[in-house]
Amino acid sequence: MAVPVAFFALFFGYPVAAIVARGLRPDGQWDLGHAREVLTDPVTAQVVGFTVGQAAASTALTLALALPGAYVFARFDFPGKRLLRAVVTVPFVLPTVVVGSAFLALLGRDGLLDEAWGVRLDTSLWAILLAHVFFNYAVVVRTVGGLWGQLDPGQEEAARMLGASRLAAWRRVTLPALAPAVAAAALMVFLFTFTSFGVIEVLGGARYVTLEVEIYRQTAHFLDLPTAAVLTCLQFAAVTALLAVHARTVRRREGALRLVDAGRTARRPRGAAQWTLLGSQLVLIAGLLLLPLAVLVERSLAGPDGYGLDFYRALAAAPDAASGFAVAPLAAVGTSLRYAAVATLIAVVVGGLAAAALTRRAGRLVRGFDALLMLPLGTSAVTVGFGFLIALDEPPLDLRSAWLLVPLAQALVGVPFVVRTMLPVLRAVDERLREAAAVLGASPLRAWREVDLPMVRRALAVAAGFAFAVSLGEFGATVFIARGDEPTLPVAVTQFLGRAGELNYGQAMALSTILMLVCAASLLALECVRTHRAGEF
Amino acid sequence: MASLDVTGLTVRFGGHTALDGVDLAVAEGETVCVLGPSGSGKSTLLRAVAGLRPVDAGRVLLAGRDVARVPAHRRGVGLMFQDHQLFPQRDVAGNVAFGLRVRGVGKAAARERVTELLELVGLPGAGRRAVASLSGGEQQRVALARALAPEPGLLMLDEPLGQLDRGLRERLVVELRQLFDRLGTTVLAVTHDHSEAFALADRVVIMAEGRIAQSGTPVQVWERPASPFVARFLGFDNVVPGTARGAAADTPWGPVPLPPGTPPGPCSVLVRPAGVRLGEPRDADGGGLTGTVAARTFRGDHVVVLLDMARGPRAEAACPLRSAPEVGERVAVGFDAADVVRLPPA
Amino acid sequence: MKRTTYRGVLAAAVGTALLAGCGGSGDGGSADGDRTVTLVTHESFLVSDDVLDRFTEETGYEVRLIKSGDAGVAVNKAILSAGNPEGDVLFGVDNTMLSKALEADVFTPHRAEGLDRVPQEVRLDPEQHRVTPIDTGEVCVNYDRAYFADRGVEPPQTLRDLTDPAYKDLLVVQNPATSSPGLAFLLATVGAFGEAGWRDYWEDLKANGVLRTEGWEQAYNDHFSASAAGRDGDRPLVVSYASSPPAEVYYGTEDNPGQAPTGVATGTCFQQTEFAGLLDGAANPEGGKALLDFMLSPAFQEDIPLNMFVRPVREDAELPEVFTRYGAEVPEPHRVAPEKIDAHRERWIEQWSSLMR
Repeated sequence: MAVPVAFFALFFGYPVAAIVARGLRPDGQWDLGHAREVLTDPVTAQVVGFTVGQAAASTALTLALALPGAYVFARFDFPGKRLLRAVVTVPFVLPTVVVGSAFLALLGRDGLLDEAWGVRLDTSLWAILLAHVFFNYAVVVRTVGGLWGQLDPGQEEAARMLGASRLAAWRRVTLPALAPAVAAAALMVFLFTFTSFGVIEVLGGARYVTLEVEIYRQTAHFLDLPTAAVLTCLQFAAVTALLAVHARTVRRREGALRLVDAGRTARRPRGAAQWTLLGSQLVLIAGLLLLPLAVLVERSLAGPDGYGLDFYRALAAAPDAASGFAVAPLAAVGTSLRYAAVATLIAVVVGGLAAAALTRRAGRLVRGFDALLMLPLGTSAVTVGFGFLIALDEPPLDLRSAWLLVPLAQALVGVPFVVRTMLPVLRAVDERLREAAAVLGASPLRAWREVDLPMVRRALAVAAGFAFAVSLGEFGATVFIARGDEPTLPVAVTQFLGRAGELNYGQAMALSTILMLVCAASLLALECVRTHRAGEF
Repeated sequence: MASLDVTGLTVRFGGHTALDGVDLAVAEGETVCVLGPSGSGKSTLLRAVAGLRPVDAGRVLLAGRDVARVPAHRRGVGLMFQDHQLFPQRDVAGNVAFGLRVRGVGKAAARERVTELLELVGLPGAGRRAVASLSGGEQQRVALARALAPEPGLLMLDEPLGQLDRGLRERLVVELRQLFDRLGTTVLAVTHDHSEAFALADRVVIMAEGRIAQSGTPVQVWERPASPFVARFLGFDNVVPGTARGAAADTPWGPVPLPPGTPPGPCSVLVRPAGVRLGEPRDADGGGLTGTVAARTFRGDHVVVLLDMARGPRAEAACPLRSAPEVGERVAVGFDAADVVRLPPA
Repeated sequence: MKRTTYRGVLAAAVGTALLAGCGGSGDGGSADGDRTVTLVTHESFLVSDDVLDRFTEETGYEVRLIKSGDAGVAVNKAILSAGNPEGDVLFGVDNTMLSKALEADVFTPHRAEGLDRVPQEVRLDPEQHRVTPIDTGEVCVNYDRAYFADRGVEPPQTLRDLTDPAYKDLLVVQNPATSSPGLAFLLATVGAFGEAGWRDYWEDLKANGVLRTEGWEQAYNDHFSASAAGRDGDRPLVVSYASSPPAEVYYGTEDNPGQAPTGVATGTCFQQTEFAGLLDGAANPEGGKALLDFMLSPAFQEDIPLNMFVRPVREDAELPEVFTRYGAEVPEPHRVAPEKIDAHRERWIEQWSSLMR
């Protein structure tokens, strides 16, 4: 418990508190008048209103589209299921800049929709909502589908034996068992969309602004720390409330449910209705998730002389003035992998210890800590980045330009995923097994190694892989943190995108494709070790 | 010197006292069985001795040494859990060898000992089998072998046969008894089944609400339950309040004869079902006790007859198969003084 | 348990500090200093390795680069850490944020060698020399040559032209709140029409169907019809840089085309000059001064165009052919005084936002 607490205090609590305090106490004096001013500003109300509204709409749309998907993944067995489950998770970890561009190609003028039906959705609310579905589809499929697959069909059968119709059995038996998972997934999607940044920036046009975007603007562009601090507090309050509700539903979900091996409940679809359902979901996945990804791949291959690997070759080219990069851009792949590996190590150690502590100790304080671990997901990257700058600036903790800061910031985002994945598995380990080991002479550490570790090894691998993929795609904090050496993949992608010329754009697409493939590969590796009692992700 | 010596042991959960000043000693080589209904604190006693549950007051001495500050893994006791708690990711040999491995026993020596133990518990050659593939009885044997492997100074068994079916239980209890006698192991077991306890133990300790209600050999306990509670727990339902007056006691049923030398005064009266004699009802004014048969339960070699007594609560009688009355029949009821026990008042 | 917690916190803190120490030692923190000079800058900063090697040969100093965020972020970070800077020299302050940085006292004056070869109009701190101009460029409306040639329409040249119905629904601009060229274009209109007139001009632009995006990337890559990536783009006019046409040729696939695929509307430009300065509290001020001098030397100056696609400020620096052949001359860019920008920027952006809503 001590290590994760120290980690969060030092690398999250302290920096964020420092930057917020700088804003709220500009001259060492609390300036609450400004807070009142900001909070009563109609623009603030408008921003908050839009933030909540789009998050609610995105959540509803995501649930509507992804719940049938959760069912399909839980109950049906079909060829390529593992691969597909990995693929639908790829968007979740892709940088938004890249995705935004793919979406514009599909939804904008002369986009696919425009050519087919004359529909244009760019810079409309629809583009934002669809992009949010694109990113969060996997959250629902994994959270809800994971549990759904483990629900004992025997219970529904029992209800039908007692005279309930198929629908009634589903409504009275399965739905109540599923409801907490649906609520938990909905809250996660709400949290992610509430704090949406990249999607809004790219697709929102100047019209749509969320709290997160406003915090970014006030901090990064205007350096209006007082206003940013008030907005940060506002966002914190909202996110904390969300997390509290989330924690409650998760706790309820961990109540007594009859769970069985997910492999046993899935079977081939039967009958026209089931095939139609499966087919419609596959079409949805193809249209909503795969098409944008395919656009990126297509563009990375579409060279001046037809399709080819020109842009990939350019990436690997030796650095010279023409490439504009101090190192071969392909080196960014190495940099990203290195950072992600360190970030994963930190996330797994901190998250694993936190999960172990949360398993063994109950109580209000510990539950609060559980929610606290999720806070970095709801905090603007610029707040953390600038917080690092002013908080960790004195020896021995002058970390401002240490390379370690990048993986540390990435680990902050990875830890919640590790905890969420490990917790249910660790909680499922019978305490008496540890006792059995103890009376046989194993010290607590030895007991953990001999009993817990073998049982959670797969969950640990899953958690590590997820943390790895998330670190790989992490962009927000990475750009704000000073680095001496080469850029990471997402940063390199945006550098290419930020310059005119065909070669630059093509290389950006090629790098994005590589990033996508690396993410997909690590997620696919996870699918192969997926535990039957996996956590939320 | 006793292998285990517990004095004044007290454990509380929140407001509830699970163990309330328990004193208990187990001599070396002795098998003691703690018997009690669920919630009486018997499992807590084992966990406190094993060091898995912190103690609020009292002392635990193992081989004369106070183990208050010794963590569970250094106490050198064995504990066989109620549902065995075999390590699912290890095979049978891996489970049995666990205690040897953590003690740093060499591989070859450990392998030899595992083979020996598996033979001892009647599972020769099962070392490579997966735990999940074992039947309940086999799991129980593996759990026993695992607990025995490090040669613990004290072996504790928590409901060792609880989850097994009756036939297996009766066979295994005999095997266990023989095994412990042969190995000379000191054993402290807990169970809620008195027949299991009587079959297994040299001495039986009966617990109620965190305290020890009675301690003695199985025969002593069976013959002379220390209280109405113990009597009822042992399965005797013919327990009524009464007042001893010389050769008989006044009870709600009427007068019940007492064995010679029973001290007078308020008491509880226990009549074993075998000591209830049924006969042809005499004249209505004959003065003897009568009852009506309310139910019959066939028990193989005898029949248990439940009687609605003319006065007082129902009574149970054990009858030979052939002479058992039919339901609804009115019978005369008599008591055999040799099967009547005077207990302290409730 | 209390003791364990305390010990754990301590262990974690020490562990992290150690880790950080190891990380820092690899690239040599500014503390070990005399031989290392640290340049703090934004993500778009690029310089050729051999140029930096030459600096090391000439002066004995190794350059360590610290890059983060865009120019605004880099400057704001310098302001936040004023007095205890991350490095010795900051590069990347432009004239739109210059007075904010100067007011925050983040720089120590140094008159760099070679300043005499820099034109007066880009020396924006002529008395105190707290900052040294390094490069300059213009943000202008770019047009798609093919689009206008195909239709026989003359491309627009001035800001006023853009409100002509002939160019209706053709222009895409960036949000000045989030995009640096977007802000520059807004400032061009302020420079051209004055504080009183720019809003009327934007009303006209809006009526003429201007499209706005958040960043340059979307505007140029996704909407501009002549960008290499813009196969789906439908707007032949975009706010970009005067150097974008040379970049299109340089990063294009056709060798030595007759002209660039895009052109520059030279009457729509705003001049952006980037400055460097010695940071107050620098660990290695001498090294920093040497680096500033070097950044104005011909070697560094001539390395600028093909790395960052802006022009060196030194008059005698030689431009590469792709600039002289395909670049545009901007005789009279629009200008707004830095102190004025600093005083009104936020209000202008807010006004722009509500006007364009």
